[in-house]
Amino acid sequence: MPAVQETIDRVRSIDVDQYKYGFITDIESDKAPKGLNEDIIRFISAKKEEPEWMLEWRLEAYRRWLTMTEPTWARVEYPKIDFNDIYYYSAPKSAPGPKSLDEVDPELLATYEKLGIPLREQEILAGVEPKNRVAVDAVFDSVSVVTTFKEELKKAGVIFCSISEALREHPELVKKYLGSVVPVTDNFYATLNSAVFTDGSFVYVPEGVRCPMELSTYFRINEKNTGQFERTLIIAEKGAYVSYLEGCTAPQRDENQLHAAVVELIALDDAEIKYSTVQNWFPGDKEGKGGIYNFVTKRGDCRGKNSKISWTQVETGSAITWKYPSCILRGDNSRGEFYSIAVSNGYQQIDSGTKMIHLGKNTSSRIISKGISAGKSQNTYRGLVSAHRKASNARNFTQCDSLLIGQDCGAHTVPYIESKNATAVFEHEATTSKISDDQMFYCQQRGLSDEEAVALIVNGFVKDVIQQLPMEFAVEAQKLISISLEGSVG
Amino acid sequence: MTIEPRTLETRAETDLAEAYYRDRDALPGGAAVAEIRKSAFDAFRKSGLPHRRVEEWKYSDLRARLKSVPAFAARRSDDEAKAAVAALDDVYGAADRYRLVIVDGHFHAGLSDVAALAAAGASVRPLAEALVEQGESLMQLPEIAAGDAATGLNAVFCADGLVLSLAEGASLDKPVEIVHALSAAAASTSERVIVTAAKGAKAIVLETFVGGAEGSFSNTLTDIRAGDEAEVTVARLQAEAAGTTHIGTAVVTLGAETKVKLIGAGIGSGFARHQSFIAFTGEGSRADLLGITMVRAGQHVDQTLVVDHAVPHCDSRELFKTVVGEGAKGIFQGKIIVRPHAQKTDGQMMTQSLLLSDDAEMSLKPELEIFADDVQCAHGATSGQIDEDLLFYLRSRGIPEAEARTLLVLAFLSEAVEEIGEEIVVEAFEERIRAWLDAGA
Repeated sequence: MPAVQETIDRVRSIDVDQYKYGFITDIESDKAPKGLNEDIIRFISAKKEEPEWMLEWRLEAYRRWLTMTEPTWARVEYPKIDFNDIYYYSAPKSAPGPKSLDEVDPELLATYEKLGIPLREQEILAGVEPKNRVAVDAVFDSVSVVTTFKEELKKAGVIFCSISEALREHPELVKKYLGSVVPVTDNFYATLNSAVFTDGSFVYVPEGVRCPMELSTYFRINEKNTGQFERTLIIAEKGAYVSYLEGCTAPQRDENQLHAAVVELIALDDAEIKYSTVQNWFPGDKEGKGGIYNFVTKRGDCRGKNSKISWTQVETGSAITWKYPSCILRGDNSRGEFYSIAVSNGYQQIDSGTKMIHLGKNTSSRIISKGISAGKSQNTYRGLVSAHRKASNARNFTQCDSLLIGQDCGAHTVPYIESKNATAVFEHEATTSKISDDQMFYCQQRGLSDEEAVALIVNGFVKDVIQQLPMEFAVEAQKLISISLEGSVG
Repeated sequence: MTIEPRTLETRAETDLAEAYYRDRDALPGGAAVAEIRKSAFDAFRKSGLPHRRVEEWKYSDLRARLKSVPAFAARRSDDEAKAAVAALDDVYGAADRYRLVIVDGHFHAGLSDVAALAAAGASVRPLAEALVEQGESLMQLPEIAAGDAATGLNAVFCADGLVLSLAEGASLDKPVEIVHALSAAAASTSERVIVTAAKGAKAIVLETFVGGAEGSFSNTLTDIRAGDEAEVTVARLQAEAAGTTHIGTAVVTLGAETKVKLIGAGIGSGFARHQSFIAFTGEGSRADLLGITMVRAGQHVDQTLVVDHAVPHCDSRELFKTVVGEGAKGIFQGKIIVRPHAQKTDGQMMTQSLLLSDDAEMSLKPELEIFADDVQCAHGATSGQIDEDLLFYLRSRGIPEAEARTLLVLAFLSEAVEEIGEEIVVEAFEERIRAWLDAGA
């Protein structure tokens, strides 16, 4: 396995304190004053040249948010967040509305280069087969800088743009679907996001269209003390198919940064959406200082018959992760999938899982969750599988495995299974164990070092999920997992 | 929504508060016990009856269930108690055993085999009496059970019960049955049974919960303290009348090299919650938990258990089977905790449920909470209906559908029944299961 040696090299060269993506880009940015009030929301809305209904929508969310309190049920601990000590709007100051990459701030491009994003179309065209091309909608702090491949997607009828642009150019679509999966009142962070979201991606795949390439958004938090509140909305019309990749890296910061995104997916009849995430934001240093707070609401609605939504996530970053990508299986014969790898090390805390809500007939879902806990971290799987009274023949299979590395970490499993229909068949299994001495001995006996052995065994442990990732992400994900576990053995 | 609504005190909460103010001076125990009761009562006043926003009681909303709470039952005369017991089912019939009788929450030594047990090496005392002398230590519960709402209420109101003590090395020749009988008048009861097994003691304890009327509220607690190398089997059968609200808590504390088997069967009561709290305090011990639950016709039954592996080298096994019939609701919540440093823990939990009717409901919540790395823990949970293929197979061989269904339910439960191991319990439980199935056929 040639990836192993490369992984080990990466692991050696990167220390927890030397977070690879921990560089700061110095670009002037355009910020709203700190804090949150109706004026800030009006400012954001005005900056984005949004229609009047959108402003009302935001203000309504804000007023609702004021009456809500932060949820405390997750197994995560962190100092109370001062929501008035955050910049809610921050945009890189470059020439307004870049027409081409040449107009984009070169420092910004350099940042992406360090992150390894194939932003320049010609690079991709030169290096990669057309089949594997990836369209990137890069979100830098709160503003989508440039969307590549837009032209080609346009030919296929696919709309792929920032949500601000969508609000300007396709307001009827946004109005129809925004908030229809995650309502404004859904939860504390989703409501906050509804009030202040600044950007995100919008994808619309028309009837019968198979999106010609993988779509990708690269999120990156840069400006100090800015919350990142992006909003993603993906709509797959009848018979459409789209695969969407979301990758996240953030530079190193001392102060905790808040991230509260909302992602909504809508799959109509016979449509399929595949949503993959690799999240490797700054997890905090060795003492647990700094790191991103990641409070995300992701939900997919299998609205049509025979529709399918598949979530795949590799979570290696963030100081705190609070994330439950879910599927509402409304249409008959619809299918939801959730594949997850959650790796925690250092002082990271992950509380993640999924909800599969079976409402339609003959719906099925599958959950494969692999948690790896090392250092002094806490890793919790929390999930719900429920069958509504009318959800006859609902079917779920859940497997949650946890691997513990080191004696100071914790791994927890909290599944809820609620069946209100006798024909629903639900199966759940969970295991928790450490890497067995036998496995280690076997590898060492064949000349692998401790770290190589752990990397090999862990990669085997997560294989079921890695297989679900698009090829572009699979290799990166394997490396990330090894990097994240650096220092956990020996 | 995360807004916490302010709920006004319910009628049942008022009833309980009034009962406390009325009865507190008459409740047994010295100043220290009174203090424990008071602080438990204060906690109750603060949080009220547990409801769906209390995570542990999420699926069993006691506040919504209890419309009112009848007064706590006074002690019956021995004759009344005898008549009450005689009117109820004798679960173990002719089987040879010692018998201890609790009626409406009060222990009746006159109807019990106290002298015979003393000869066999076990002493029995009424709790009301024991509380006066050793009060404080008798009321203490392990941490995982102490914070629970129902054990708290039991601490406030427990007026009687019994203390069964097995001397070091004592080994009882026959099982001891503890009958918890409720008379036909609706009342509240809150007894506590404490079983202490000193080092190396061996015993089989059978607890039966029977009787009651519409509106009865029984909140019982059985506290088993199994010392080093002790071997204790406790089989609990709850078959109360359909209209009762029953909370049965079993608390088990294991010493080192201890073996405890806790078997629970729940068939009766309109709203039942069976709680088990297992605390390992010494190394090399093993706990086996078995649950067999069968409900129908609007019944609500909740099996909640917490297994606390606080020390290394202990094993626990949990196997829970639930059959849910028409209009009934089943709940299983099981949590295995492995504390830091409790290395080499082996915990395996399985819960399976069979839904017999379209309007049956089942909620499952198996939990693992693990803070040590060198452990083997797993849980499994399933929910489904009778397999149509199996049914077809049996019918194609000439077995009528109703009989085939009965067979398949029996087969589903048999895995747990086979694990029981004690002949007297197996026979009694099998008879109950048969009767339950016949009643539904």
